[in-house]
Amino acid sequence: MMRLECPNCGVRNTAEFRYGGEYNPRPAATMEAAEAEWIDYLYQRKNSMGVQIEWWYHRSGCGTWFLVERDRRNNEVARTWRWQPDAAVPTEERTS
Amino acid sequence: MSLKLLRQGLGARPPRMWHDRPLKDHYDVVIIGGGAHGLACAYYLARDHGITNVAIVDKSYIGAGGSGRNTAIIRSNYLTPEGVQFYDASVKLYEGLAQDLDFNVMFSQRGHLTLAHNDGSVRTMRRRAEVNKLQGVDSRLVFPDELSRICPQLDLSDSPRFPILGALYHPPGGIIRHDAVVWGYARGADQRGVDIHQYTEVTGIDVANGTATGVRTSRGNVSAGIVVSATAGWASNVAAMVDLQLPLDTFPLQACVTEPLKPFLDVVVVSGSLHVYVSQSDRGELVMGASVDPYTSYSMAGSLDFLEGLAGHVLELMPFLSKARILRQWAGLCEMPPDFSPLMGITPVDNFLLDAGWGTYGFKASPICGKTMAELIATRRTPDLLHPFRLSRFAEYDQVGEKGAASVGH
Repeated sequence: MMRLECPNCGVRNTAEFRYGGEYNPRPAATMEAAEAEWIDYLYQRKNSMGVQIEWWYHRSGCGTWFLVERDRRNNEVARTWRWQPDAAVPTEERTS
Repeated sequence: MSLKLLRQGLGARPPRMWHDRPLKDHYDVVIIGGGAHGLACAYYLARDHGITNVAIVDKSYIGAGGSGRNTAIIRSNYLTPEGVQFYDASVKLYEGLAQDLDFNVMFSQRGHLTLAHNDGSVRTMRRRAEVNKLQGVDSRLVFPDELSRICPQLDLSDSPRFPILGALYHPPGGIIRHDAVVWGYARGADQRGVDIHQYTEVTGIDVANGTATGVRTSRGNVSAGIVVSATAGWASNVAAMVDLQLPLDTFPLQACVTEPLKPFLDVVVVSGSLHVYVSQSDRGELVMGASVDPYTSYSMAGSLDFLEGLAGHVLELMPFLSKARILRQWAGLCEMPPDFSPLMGITPVDNFLLDAGWGTYGFKASPICGKTMAELIATRRTPDLLHPFRLSRFAEYDQVGEKGAASVGH
């Protein structure tokens, strides 16, 4: 069983968490974004066979949504951290 | 006993059903993925359309992916008319497949039950039954009195946590030998001149002016008139080679078998509410599966969580199995689209075709996928059966919602 480190509660069993999908920022210009941009945001996924930045939710715990960097080939977690609205967007260049 | 059988039994090497051939510089059609879908496509291209300059390339042996990892259930009792028509065409092809291929695929139409444990499920089963009937598919709602005759092994009392209220009964549904389907199609394609290249990994796809022109492989480069991706869980990675993103998320799906037991279960039993399906193979093993893992991954490692959850749910249905032992478990990769319907046909890249998004329901559609993809390649026109599953449906707000009938995980 994979374990995850909640930025708030520490290392816990994954059964306490819910997976929230790959990190996929909303179109920046929310009101002005073209329809095609919204469709991409809603449906298109990288689904890459490698490192992915993704959302997790500590459902049976503190209720925090946070980000995880995980290698989807072997489920090894490199880091977990709290999302900040004004922090820089996580870079996809880390995916190797 | 035939003379041939006697001779082979006495030590002469049996003829190989498909052959290793050198990789040519050019193929009219290159199909990425040597599973039941890709092999069926090659078979129907050669048999129905006379297109034989076709290559199958697979990074492993044929049938190593979803085709050899599914639980071999065949049915057509889906929720949308588009889905029912498509899967029903597939069941009809499966019915004649052993004759077509001259190869025993051991298709056993033993009947298929989808149990309902609450009023909402009963309502959904009623809707499915009526949609099925309108499409000419044998499917009906049955209640515990009739259910006890179809499947007396089920605990139909009111003692389980979720008592069984009724079921959708689909007599043409059943199970098949999935490896035999792969081998039969491979042999049929090979006999008609298709090249099957195992252990040949595609590393890139050449695109010029928005048109796919060939594939690069671990054994050399090949130019191609048409490139087809039929790679089950890995489609997003193949599509990335032509800079295309797909609406897919890849999840592992686990399954397991018990030790062989005396034959006692002659119907396929599925419960959406309990996330479980179980059938008994001809060898006597109970083949059991559940819903996909709780998070996406390309790792096919098994988990104890899965076994514990599954065992608990199977015992709700058949408590007498509490002493049965699990023989082995495994996982396959399922790429889930948002509406639980496949992504088929043309893409924004010319001559690059998709047979993808087959989630947890791909094996049962293999023959019709092969046949319709072959028709698309030969005629350059999308067959009516494929139209609802086009990739552009997401941008057109025209999804085909099959979640209620395609998965047990909801």
